[in-house]
Amino acid sequence: MERILFYLLAGIAIASAFMTVTTVKIYRAVLYLLFTLLSIAGIYFLMDYDFIGAVQLSVYAGGIMVLFIYTVMLTEKVGESMRKIALFRRLIAGITVLSLMILALIAIWKFDFQVSTSTQPLTVEQVGKSMLSYDKGGFILPFEVISVLLLAVMIAAIVIAKSKIQKTKES
Amino acid sequence: MILTQNIFEYWTQNTEGWLYVLVLALIAALYLTFFAVAGLLLVLMERRVAGFFQLRLGPNRVGPGGSLQTIADALKLVSKEIFMPKFADKLLYKAGYYFVIIASLLGLSVIPFSAHFQAFDINVGIFFITAVSSVGVLGILIGAWGSRNKYSLIGAMRSGLQMISYELSAGFAVITIVLLAGTLQMSEIVEAQRDTWFIIKGHIPALIAFMIFMISGTAESNRVPFDLVEAEAELGAGFHTEYSGMGFAYFFLAEFENMFIIAALAVTLFFGGWLAPFGITDALPGQVFWGLFWFFLKVLIVIFVFMWFRWTFPRLRIDQLLVLEWKYLLPIGLVNIVLAALIVWQGWLFEPLKWLGL
Repeated sequence: MERILFYLLAGIAIASAFMTVTTVKIYRAVLYLLFTLLSIAGIYFLMDYDFIGAVQLSVYAGGIMVLFIYTVMLTEKVGESMRKIALFRRLIAGITVLSLMILALIAIWKFDFQVSTSTQPLTVEQVGKSMLSYDKGGFILPFEVISVLLLAVMIAAIVIAKSKIQKTKES
Repeated sequence: MILTQNIFEYWTQNTEGWLYVLVLALIAALYLTFFAVAGLLLVLMERRVAGFFQLRLGPNRVGPGGSLQTIADALKLVSKEIFMPKFADKLLYKAGYYFVIIASLLGLSVIPFSAHFQAFDINVGIFFITAVSSVGVLGILIGAWGSRNKYSLIGAMRSGLQMISYELSAGFAVITIVLLAGTLQMSEIVEAQRDTWFIIKGHIPALIAFMIFMISGTAESNRVPFDLVEAEAELGAGFHTEYSGMGFAYFFLAEFENMFIIAALAVTLFFGGWLAPFGITDALPGQVFWGLFWFFLKVLIVIFVFMWFRWTFPRLRIDQLLVLEWKYLLPIGLVNIVLAALIVWQGWLFEPLKWLGL
């Protein structure tokens, strides 16, 4: 059962990832990307990583996809197809992707994966503690760095938004 | 009831065989049926309550006291022709309502209806609901974009804006309660309130959180006074203008279902979920039934409050809506979390039963 579900989800993820880059309608590309992200969330739930699955749903499927949809809404018209790309460029893109894929596959095959023996689902307490621990394997430094980065981004967004308002007031 | 009882243990032990698949399918069918039936009953309740507030009877012709009115409406909607705008993007147009329905069904699955009556008791339950509800917004955006209609698009833009904004303060209200409960698992949040409900135990921060949750919950389910999304006078029907027949009915049902989920969450977080007040029915037989009874009684009361809002407040303008969220609710919510953390840290909880030695 789990095996069938895994192959189903993985198949959907790969198929819709492929469709994302091959479709000529940009809005459908967004939808296919959403399917990819959702099936990856499904795989996390299948592995009992509930927290990561929920984060995948809320951050990628919920947050980032809404931003994508708004961006696409503001730039393109629905039903409009994208321009055809020259064959030469397509060839180059294809070769790049293929070589990267081969590299990734070699890396995966070379690596000796260990089968996880833990049957306990990952709890939020464990995630929270390792986020804030400064022992070996703790994530306090990246956590703090990312929070400072996010704060900087927020302040920058406010500054950019405010400067426009002041300019319109002056004129 | 027995089928859903230990589904979580089922999941971890026996995951092979057709019987297991059949049980899962049955549970899904049960929830789907509940989804439809509860939606119909809520529509009926809404119309009766509307009649009550406007000093009229409401639906009263079909069936005894008008009780079959919404079933007749559903039959009418099923038999209606389904048509699609000529230039609509068929895939996006159809994907719209599936996303909305699946999001509310997934939200339903983690709500504890009664002791052991919960399909999916994961350890991040409450976070899962907020995550899933953000996927529901996508359904509205996709469906409206796929319709290729200006009114739909404006409605969907408003909907996205509103839901993303109010999700934040709803999340902060939830975090306040998570601080008190010390867990994200829905069943444990209910169990932690066995002595005192969180709205009493957490006194000031819990009350503030409850008010913020009710306001942002109303906004998230797109109800009056936050129904700019489908402001009839300006936008036709907002994001579902181009949907007919069952397509429209799906959006309509999902909206009522979202209201149910918000009310159920409010009950689970603040009013002890399926627990009886002061444990008055704990000694009686049939615990699952009593749990369901108290849960639905509380949920119906909260839903009545939502309907009361609808006939009391005028609709907000879009700038007022954003000012309310970003200038009032969000800062209050942030301060409230600090206050709640201080209270939990210092142990300044309000537990009259414990003080009396009960």
